[in-house]
Amino acid sequence: MRGNAQEHDLVAPGNLGAVLDLLAAEPGQWTPIAGGTELMVAFAAGKLNASKLVSLWGIPDLRFIAVTGDSIAVGAAATFLDLRRHSVIAAELPLLAKAASWIGSVANQSRATLGGNLVNGSPAADSSPALLAYDAEIEMISVRGARRIPYCEFHTGYKRNRLAPDELLYTIYLPRRFKRHTHYLRKVGTRRAMAIAKVALGATALVANGLIHEIRLGAASLAPFPARLMATEAALLGQAIAPETIRAARRALLAEVQPIDDIRSTAGYRRRVAANLLEEFLLELSAKAKRP
Amino acid sequence: MNTARNVNGREHRSGGQATIHFTVNGRNRAVTVPPMKRLLDVLREDLHLTGTKEGCGEGECGSCSVRMNGELVNSCLVPVLQAEGAKILTVEGLAVGKHLHPLQEAFLNQGGAQCGICTPGMLMAAEQLLAQNPHPTMAEIREALAGNLCRCTGFMRIFESVVAAAAAESATQAKAPHLEKTHHAR
Ligand SMILES: Cc1cc2nc3c(=O)[nH]c(=O)nc-3n(C[C@H](O)[C@H](O)[C@H](O)COP(=O)(O)OP(=O)(O)OC[C@H]3O[C@@H](n4cnc5c(N)ncnc54)[C@H](O)[C@@H]3O)c2cc1C
Ligand code: FES
Ligand code: FES
Repeated sequence: MRGNAQEHDLVAPGNLGAVLDLLAAEPGQWTPIAGGTELMVAFAAGKLNASKLVSLWGIPDLRFIAVTGDSIAVGAAATFLDLRRHSVIAAELPLLAKAASWIGSVANQSRATLGGNLVNGSPAADSSPALLAYDAEIEMISVRGARRIPYCEFHTGYKRNRLAPDELLYTIYLPRRFKRHTHYLRKVGTRRAMAIAKVALGATALVANGLIHEIRLGAASLAPFPARLMATEAALLGQAIAPETIRAARRALLAEVQPIDDIRSTAGYRRRVAANLLEEFLLELSAKAKRP
Repeated sequence: MNTARNVNGREHRSGGQATIHFTVNGRNRAVTVPPMKRLLDVLREDLHLTGTKEGCGEGECGSCSVRMNGELVNSCLVPVLQAEGAKILTVEGLAVGKHLHPLQEAFLNQGGAQCGICTPGMLMAAEQLLAQNPHPTMAEIREALAGNLCRCTGFMRIFESVVAAAAAESATQAKAPHLEKTHHAR
């Protein structure tokens, strides 16, 4: 069944305060729509389960990229093209720029927003591994005020998150302290352009005196929601990168991930590929640490 | 009926309809339609601009691509209320009078169009690319058109058409810089 425009109302209050007032007046009744690249697909299929929508498109308070001394603040309605075009992001957070270039075609990236990608919360969301690897924080906002949490605590289950019914995702904060880290992001899918990830791994790490001093692993499609691989990180922290460390890390990863079987791939394939991606990253890290 | 105002404070509503003002191919237009109506359907049904095609209706094929405020968008995924105040360029806006756009000439000459269903979207995606990057590499052309699917040509002739158009445009620009401007100004 096709969607019928008559069956959905859409309003565009045009500023953040007015959107928050609307959400507060009737919590849970209004569905935000930013670039619409998730919701309009549902609409086309006649599966849009929202009778009242409020537009976040064209609200300057939600679409910005602000660079300060120690962080980059990205408004939830910044598009993936905005991210790709930003010189500081390209220079310091290359994984985010790379992930942005994967979110469908140019015509999708001009509309798809970072906030929409995170709130939609697909386990395969392309921006998530990069944000997890960069230790991002997110800020949520409502008429009651704003609150900030680590991004790795935002998702709570399959397509579930910490937003209250009257809240919007407001800002994504990316710390600017990854210049000396090794950065890694690889997505395995069917085709380079326009393909949903079967598995993706994002990582940052710092080696000091031959030992892994800092490491963050962000995974897509290896759990019901995008998640850090904390147990695998723990198996690597403080270790030298030797063959036995790599084997132990592979074991930790295989014990930790809970990939799904679905139309795109099987759980078994996803587990093997994920372990291989981790190994590839560790070999890169070790090669880089050995270079003078 | 809700009376929330839109970005420009111009929104008028009655009976589930909203009046939307925008510019399409340089002309001011106003339509009174349900605010969730897809920009694609407004262009085709309300403005009778049927050059913009529907393929998949879900963002995968690019046949509905138009330019909105200087960016390429899939018009099947844009609720028309979000186009309030926007500048829209469709395939009908490429030719100037009887003079085809260099991209249209190139698609004709190089066999870049066969059945023609994907062509309007291909042209808009290519126009978007050349407006931002007049001398693209083959890799850049492939990336720019990655969201546009064609069942007929096998893509190579399309890529070659874009190469030819870029060459033709830079040749015209060398002779008369002002001419090239008019194509991308809208
Ligand atoms: C052809 C195509 C290809 C795609 N390819 C990819 C891909 O490769 N990788 C990938 O990860 N995704 C992909 N996507 C999915 C989609 O483009 C992204 O998830 C996008 O980032 C969604 O953002 P949006 O603004 O368009 O979302 P919308 O559809 O506007 O919203 C999505 C969800 O987020 C909510 N929301 C949006 N903003 C906020 C906010 N600020 N606060 C609270 N809730 C909010 C909405 O209520 C809705 O539930 C693709 C989509 C299409 C159509
Ligand atoms: S019809 Fe819009 S992308 Fe296919
Ligand atoms: S010419 Fe037929 S789909 Fe491209």
